Amino acid sequence: MRRKDLLGLYDLSRREIELILDTARPMKDVILRDIKKVPTLRGKAIVTVFYENSTRTRTSFEIAGKYLSADTVNLTVANSSVQKGESLRDTIKTLEVMGFDVMVIRHAMSGTPHYVARNTKISVVNAGDGANEHPTQALLDLFTIREQKGRLDDLKVAIVGDILHSRVARSNIYGLSKFGCEVRVVGPATLIPPGLENLNVKWYYNLEKALQGVDVINVLRIQRERQQDGLFPSVEEYANLYMVKPEHLLRAKDDVLVLHPGPMNRGVEISSEVADGIQSMINEQVTNGVAVRMAVLYLMMGGAKDAIAG
Amino acid sequence: MRLLVKGGRVIDPGSGLDKQADILIEGEKIVGVDQNISADAEVLDASGKIVCPGFIDIHVHLREPGFEYKEDIATGTRAAAAGGFTTVCCMPNTNPVIDNAAVASFVRERALRSGLVHVLPIGAVTKKQEGHELSEIAELVAAGCIALSDDGRPITRSDIMRYALDYSRMFDIPIMSHCEELSLSRGGQMHEGYYSTIYGLKGIPAEAEEVMVVRDILLAKLTGARLHICHISTAGSVKMVKRAKEEGVKVTCEVTPHHLTLTDEVVKTYDADTKVSPPLRSQEHVEALRKGLKDGTIDCIATDHAPHHLESKDCEYELAAPGISGLETAVPVLMSLVHQGILDINTMVEKMTWGPAQVLGIDRGQLKIGAAADLTIIDPNVVRRVELSRFYSKGKNNPYKGEEYQGWPFATIVSGKIVAKEGLIA
Repeated sequence: MRRKDLLGLYDLSRREIELILDTARPMKDVILRDIKKVPTLRGKAIVTVFYENSTRTRTSFEIAGKYLSADTVNLTVANSSVQKGESLRDTIKTLEVMGFDVMVIRHAMSGTPHYVARNTKISVVNAGDGANEHPTQALLDLFTIREQKGRLDDLKVAIVGDILHSRVARSNIYGLSKFGCEVRVVGPATLIPPGLENLNVKWYYNLEKALQGVDVINVLRIQRERQQDGLFPSVEEYANLYMVKPEHLLRAKDDVLVLHPGPMNRGVEISSEVADGIQSMINEQVTNGVAVRMAVLYLMMGGAKDAIAG
Repeated sequence: MRLLVKGGRVIDPGSGLDKQADILIEGEKIVGVDQNISADAEVLDASGKIVCPGFIDIHVHLREPGFEYKEDIATGTRAAAAGGFTTVCCMPNTNPVIDNAAVASFVRERALRSGLVHVLPIGAVTKKQEGHELSEIAELVAAGCIALSDDGRPITRSDIMRYALDYSRMFDIPIMSHCEELSLSRGGQMHEGYYSTIYGLKGIPAEAEEVMVVRDILLAKLTGARLHICHISTAGSVKMVKRAKEEGVKVTCEVTPHHLTLTDEVVKTYDADTKVSPPLRSQEHVEALRKGLKDGTIDCIATDHAPHHLESKDCEYELAAPGISGLETAVPVLMSLVHQGILDINTMVEKMTWGPAQVLGIDRGQLKIGAAADLTIIDPNVVRRVELSRFYSKGKNNPYKGEEYQGWPFATIVSGKIVAKEGLIA
């Protein structure tokens, strides 16, 4: 890849997305082997900088780096100088002069990885910024869909839940749109952002209508603090209106896939029957997440430099 | 000492003047405005230039006292002079707040000692701008405050706003209102719309401003007081001010150069220099502001010069302070609208001279014989890049950085003295 940074899918071309997905396929084979380590990134150093808690995304990046023989270091906010009042800019500079090749950053504020990328020579991978983007999550969703369906083009995908605050929703919308998918979003009116018509996204308030004939259902985690902010009346009412249950799947295509970025609130946005059902890809997504992140790290560190024209 | 400004196109909307003329200055006063004046005087060749009454900016933050690391009266007035302004009105959100005569007098004295242009202080409406008790307004007026404002901290209590308007009538001064319903704007980083969705930042709806514009207009109508709406930014606000004016409500309003030229799309890079309150709006709002300026609904242009320290802007977007250091780019940015045919030069000059003077009811903004010789001369042709390193302001927070503009201040004359020429302090 000819990019220094991976900040989001909004700016990626379809070809670049395909390159990442194609690269992730052999990476998945590595994960499924008995001996998982390949020497590809030996001598390279990766630091994950998480300003927001996330065990699974951080672990996924860390193990992805380790399978490729890179040295991975995790900077967690609780143990770092961040709490001593160090500015983000100084933290970045410190990591840069320590010689890291890639910085994986998670931050609660949108645009922070963009700010970081502008201020360092290190490659920056966005591991989720505020309500903006979570590109590797969307890439692993796309990988899972493509692996199961054999294609991405022209599928119907419904994203269920808090679209307004969801970086997973945004990255999926941008990625899927590049393959001509019909993207629908569904959730309470207070959690649907404005301007979706310009993105060619259809919005619904009724779950059953939204799921009519879809190939994929991507269920988002609902944050309980949104209820305290006054955006919906109660978790119970939310579950009554938007929990994806087995009967809802009957509205969708027979071979519908159910995705969830995790961690799940069982019995709130997704019923256990659906989460554990045969159409659920939730565990598969986790494995694919490691493969996609291996592909991203590999490509960011110069792998297959000429495999894609700028 | 005599100074003859020769051969320029004189535009003085307050006097209905737009013609080739010379201006003769003696000491601090204008003594002649006529064609082909010949006099024994130092000559400032203004041929090919536009000669105007000194520009008045009724909304700037000079930060002194209390926030001298962001700006002080010396640097802020140098920025004003370099940017073509001869009079600035400074907002009271200093530390301590300009809510009593002592602070107002301090600002005026500092301005006389270290200032390069005229500084007229604006007093706080309420003590410490807390929105609970009225400041000692009579005392503030006596100390030279020309208006009242709690700018930056909207007056949430409608009863306090009503009392403030009522009380201000006794002094015939306007209340400059920062219209923002805080419960609607809370946590917001940019205009709510398509781009806030795309960039994943919390949006501030246009209605957060409009709700308060309506409230304040109704209270102005109730009290008969003079209400001035600061930095109007939405189509709905323009519409409501227009209607209120038609109904005879004493309401005026200002617009900033940035709200006239930039849209919310520019937030794309998360450069905090694009963060400002009220936020940059979408194209339809920008169009409505331009139209409002043309049809007279908007009375004047003000920069809302809000200098910040580098650390307040060089950080995460959500942590950044809102505001633009705008004194030194107002003229070129507005001239770009003139060159594009969006704004005519006479309207531009009117909104920087006669317009703001009328809003405040002060005897300035005209080239009158006997008046103080405050002049702004613009070179409409010179092309220059916005270079932050050349800013006189301590605040380098400006979203136009690096852009090239045609049309810059050529000279700024304050009380007969050339204080800035070609962007440089004399």
